[in-house]
Amino acid sequence: MGLSSLLSARRPPYCEREGRTGEGDAVDAVVIETLEPLVAELRAGGYAVVGPVVRERVIRFEEIASADRLARGWTDVQEPGRYRLTEGAGEMIFSFAASPDSAKAYTQPPRQTLFRMRGEQIEEAEEDAPRVALLGLRACDLAAIAVQDRVFLGGRHPDPAYLRRRRALLLIAVNCAVPGGTCFCVSMHTGPRATTGFDLALTELAAPHRFVVETGSERGERIAAALPHRPASAEDLAASAEVSRNAAEHMGRHVETEGIQERLSAHDSPRWAQVGARCLTCTNCTMVCPTCFCSTVEDATSFTDGTAERIERWDSCFTLDFSEVNGTPVRGSNAGRYRQWLTHKFSTWIDQFGMSGCVGCGRCITWCPVGIDVTEELANLP
Amino acid sequence: MPRLAVWKFASCDGCQLTFLDCEDELLSVAARVEIAYFLEASSVLGPGPYDLSLVEGSITTPEDLERIRHVRRVSKRLVTIGACATAGGIQALRDFADVKEFAAVVYARPDYIATLDRSTPIAAHVPVDFELRGCPPDKHQLLEVISAFLAGRRPVVPAHSVCVECKARGNACVMVAHGTPCLGPVTQAGCGALCPTFNRGCYGCFGPMESPNHASLNHWMRGLGMSTPELVRIYRTYHATAEPFRRAAEDAQEFEEGEE
Repeated sequence: MGLSSLLSARRPPYCEREGRTGEGDAVDAVVIETLEPLVAELRAGGYAVVGPVVRERVIRFEEIASADRLARGWTDVQEPGRYRLTEGAGEMIFSFAASPDSAKAYTQPPRQTLFRMRGEQIEEAEEDAPRVALLGLRACDLAAIAVQDRVFLGGRHPDPAYLRRRRALLLIAVNCAVPGGTCFCVSMHTGPRATTGFDLALTELAAPHRFVVETGSERGERIAAALPHRPASAEDLAASAEVSRNAAEHMGRHVETEGIQERLSAHDSPRWAQVGARCLTCTNCTMVCPTCFCSTVEDATSFTDGTAERIERWDSCFTLDFSEVNGTPVRGSNAGRYRQWLTHKFSTWIDQFGMSGCVGCGRCITWCPVGIDVTEELANLP
Repeated sequence: MPRLAVWKFASCDGCQLTFLDCEDELLSVAARVEIAYFLEASSVLGPGPYDLSLVEGSITTPEDLERIRHVRRVSKRLVTIGACATAGGIQALRDFADVKEFAAVVYARPDYIATLDRSTPIAAHVPVDFELRGCPPDKHQLLEVISAFLAGRRPVVPAHSVCVECKARGNACVMVAHGTPCLGPVTQAGCGALCPTFNRGCYGCFGPMESPNHASLNHWMRGLGMSTPELVRIYRTYHATAEPFRRAAEDAQEFEEGEE
């Protein structure tokens, strides 16, 4: 399929988040008792189901063959530079906050071949986009996908490979019940309840254990209809709304977004040097960020088959190569690179794309190896 | 056909073995370059000059000092491979002690031993065209350097941290998730984040990354329970005398003295 036919597609997938979802959408909500039929239905429909499992004491998103594999009974403790899993959530499956994994690995793989050259011949790498159902995304993850959609599809030069991958994704959200210690989605107006951008949204309820299912697309409706279900009662819906209300009251962090662009224009603040002294320029924050989209290209020549290839891979504004011009990095200091990242994420992103680059998931805080906290840095600017 | 030579100085031969370990690619390499001088692989001594010399090992004897100048003279391009040739290697630990004492302990007749006080990288003695890091180097990076040399382009060997590769590989940070001390944030990439992939902290085999911040990392690792001797020890391995790691260990020691 060529670029033009992709672009003339009637409804690009990033438009599917229009309309009929969220709390007010009581008529569509149903209740299911377990997730096993959902996993089976998705797999029967040709989707690889990717959901949260426990691996090496961390919640990771992996392909699952059965709902039994999901991380039942686990909860997490997240603080700057520290992540620990503990048992004690009983029968509950989604009692943890953001995992280091977001949808980014599926929308924008860490490494992909753009094209190969064999002699003078160019071979376009038409990558496969296998169908993947992401089960257990949070409202912040959906918001991050919307940000990436804007970046990759919303401009004058939409990325056809991104569109191919994006269309192959089915998004199943779970409404957060237990926000992490580094979460601040309420400040960024992205959560904790998934109101848009999903095919299905689940709210996990206890006593009895069950899930309220909302649909957000025709695809989602078809899947929900195929599951053993009953209509959601007023009680179910109230309990579901209460989960989100409670989550909103337990945010681990807060960011004052009022006047944030003005505050970030303080380029000469001594605060930058202070955080620069702590920053490792290791890139972990940008790697775990679900919206950081920067990449670079590498050219490689092969000995064995005489081909050359161009590879696109994740890059970060914290590397020196990133700002290299004429052999010299423009942003040589740690402070300069940190300032660039924070300023772009919370301020110039708005100028560039009309929305904030931060969705408040807190991953950059938890996964900074030395615990630098963006909310603290923002609060300490003048 | 371009002519290749591989040279050994003070080293364990592991870097040369990395080259020999390129099993799938070795015949293809041999089809593109004449491997003229490579004693680890062949006793044929093809005469110079050579288009590309790969140099393993550090300079530790008076004879080495002479021989590296010869190697430079007969080589159009000289690339050092591995931590010894690039930073002095594990044997540069002698720099922090008296090498004569070591010799007296190890050898029955230490007067037979002609060795220098210091173990120094090749670049301290002759101009070097490219330094490939690692103890040992990564075979893909080694092939990349040879391939780039043949194509006349700059090798793609980024100087950023191990964390970039670690996260691209899909690992969760072992320091954050398990409290395992890790040198990844101050170490140059290239190994593919081998140790963190198997839940170990990075040992720093590829030496300091482009902008290492050891002060911040040391502060955090003390919080994880590391003592001053442990901090000194993790920096004093394969790149003990590479300037940022030398300073990292010294700062850790000074911090201790400052506390007292």
